[in-house]
Amino acid sequence: MTNIVQPAGVDTVDSTAQLAAIRGGGPRKSRSALRLMLPTPTPWLITGLTLIGGIALFGIVGPYFTMDPTEIRNIGLTGPSAEHILGTTQTGQDVFAQLALATRGSLEIGLIVGVLATVLSAIFGILGTYIGGFADEAFSLFSNVFLVIPGLPLVIVISGFVPPESRGLWTIAVVLAITSWAGSARVLRAQTLSIRSRDYVSASRVAGERAWRVIAVEILPNLLPVLASQFVFAVIAAILGEAGLSFLGLGASNSSTLGTMLFYAQNGFALPLGAWWWFGPPGLIIALFGMGLSLVNFSIDEIINPKLKNVRQHKKRTKVAAKAARRKERTR
Amino acid sequence: MSYYLRKLGFYLIALWAALTLNFIIPRLMPGNPVDILLAKLQQRGGVVDASTRQAYELLLGGDNSQPVLVQYAQYLLNVGRGDLGVSVSYFPAPVSEVIGSSLPWTIMLVGISTVLATIIGVTLGAIVGWKPGTWLDSLVPATTLLAAVPYFWLALILVYVFATTLKLFPSQGGYDVILDPGWNLEFISSAITYGFLPALTIVVASLGGWLLGMRNMMVSTLSEDYIVTAQAKGLRSGRILRTYAARNAVLPSVAGFAISLGFVVSGSIVTEQVFSYPGIGSKLLTAVTNNDYALMQGLFLYITLAVLGANFVVDLFYGIIDPRTRARS
Repeated sequence: MTNIVQPAGVDTVDSTAQLAAIRGGGPRKSRSALRLMLPTPTPWLITGLTLIGGIALFGIVGPYFTMDPTEIRNIGLTGPSAEHILGTTQTGQDVFAQLALATRGSLEIGLIVGVLATVLSAIFGILGTYIGGFADEAFSLFSNVFLVIPGLPLVIVISGFVPPESRGLWTIAVVLAITSWAGSARVLRAQTLSIRSRDYVSASRVAGERAWRVIAVEILPNLLPVLASQFVFAVIAAILGEAGLSFLGLGASNSSTLGTMLFYAQNGFALPLGAWWWFGPPGLIIALFGMGLSLVNFSIDEIINPKLKNVRQHKKRTKVAAKAARRKERTR
Repeated sequence: MSYYLRKLGFYLIALWAALTLNFIIPRLMPGNPVDILLAKLQQRGGVVDASTRQAYELLLGGDNSQPVLVQYAQYLLNVGRGDLGVSVSYFPAPVSEVIGSSLPWTIMLVGISTVLATIIGVTLGAIVGWKPGTWLDSLVPATTLLAAVPYFWLALILVYVFATTLKLFPSQGGYDVILDPGWNLEFISSAITYGFLPALTIVVASLGGWLLGMRNMMVSTLSEDYIVTAQAKGLRSGRILRTYAARNAVLPSVAGFAISLGFVVSGSIVTEQVFSYPGIGSKLLTAVTNNDYALMQGLFLYITLAVLGANFVVDLFYGIIDPRTRARS
């Protein structure tokens, strides 16, 4: 997160430092200017980062410490106990071990699709808009058409035509990415349109900068918060989409994700048998991870739309003022 | 060009794109769907002659005797006539008949729950955003949990709590099977009881998004000058909330309807599967698991058509509530 935003901060630090100097602030002010580009550590942001970090750690490290998730025991469908923290499946497999492995699988696909979808949306959203004219119209029409064509039905149809043996992790990732970039492309287009007509962009064009340099150096840094926010959304959408697909039995073959876990739970009659420890945790992990990402997005939103930040700061100020007033009252 | 004409043109292009996707996808994919389909058809006792084969090849590809463009033209012609082939999994019913019997269920379920979720979410968002910084507002980030919950998982939990444990609602199907579908009170009340949990799933899972979007726009709108002016004029705060703030803040939510609807439709397909609801979603899955390619294509076409139609209506509506869009074009 910090890494993503920093280049933008470096870019603006000079001018804001000057501004701060004009206002009569010392070098301490410039540090706070850099901090303006970084999300403020609100309680919700910390909650979000903790959730993401915890679940990511669980997915990365967890599988090394849990028992073999495929081992079959003769204690089918037992509830949580000291030995099996989250109970066992119908065939006596340890749910906790499966959960760790499945979390890893889901994060993997979320990350792959998130990157692919963001790259696609950047190509269609930024490049077309920068070129302008016919290319802009065509790219914009293309992404709008993709936006209104419902994603999951298309993914289901495509997965239905691909035979299961050739339905690998990358196939699913590419299909999910193809169906999920359009929304962010539209947002990026709107942002690029406003940046592209600013004076410093025109200046660098007049100065004879090459197109890729104008895009990469002048335009892209301003779009980084938006791109970061779109990436976060893409990861959530990908994890949810993959879970849905796997739950329907259409996911990547030989993969183990939270969706496949739910698929086996549903087919193993976990629901009528009341095995909540089997179908509960996978969905909860998805929901909590998605919540963590959305909470981080809140902070990114405050960078994109400072009006949202004003509200929180205003609230903080009134709180501080109220506290001070109360203290005054007491000392009187 | 007027706003409405441009919108109509755009949706026609989108429709054409969907039709073309439908034509291209089976031709690009590995494997030979026509052979699989005909083998299935034969198993079900269907008569396979040269004309059936040709009809399916037109839908799914595999026929190399004609140029692709001719196939494409014939395919468009067939779809235009409503001829989508014969379903294998519901043999001998034609695809259009299978879709016709399941479409009303999904449209009712998704339609009603989307409208409910929108109204509740936007209203709550407006109220929460109206007084930013209160205890109610600080609860808003918690709704992201709702937005991130997978639809089908929420459905599983609801079935577990309300159907398996409390036995308040039935867990499977769309109506009591001993009743005949028809417009009588008994059947409708049965359909409502059966549809309650699926609808609740969709409403709860999609509520968070509406609420958040509305809340953020409301907060942005409140710092506009015209709100300050309205307050300075001494207007009642209820009036400012409704006719000054909420009315302007709701526009992006309406404009973003296409994205939201896409999520809802995707979510409801999986939800229908959990409840074995007799709608489009579970039919699509039956079609996929049975390699019923003709039905699959037909369903995708109808889902796309319904989504495009809904978006078109919302866009027309948007033109009415936001006059600037009409003026700009």
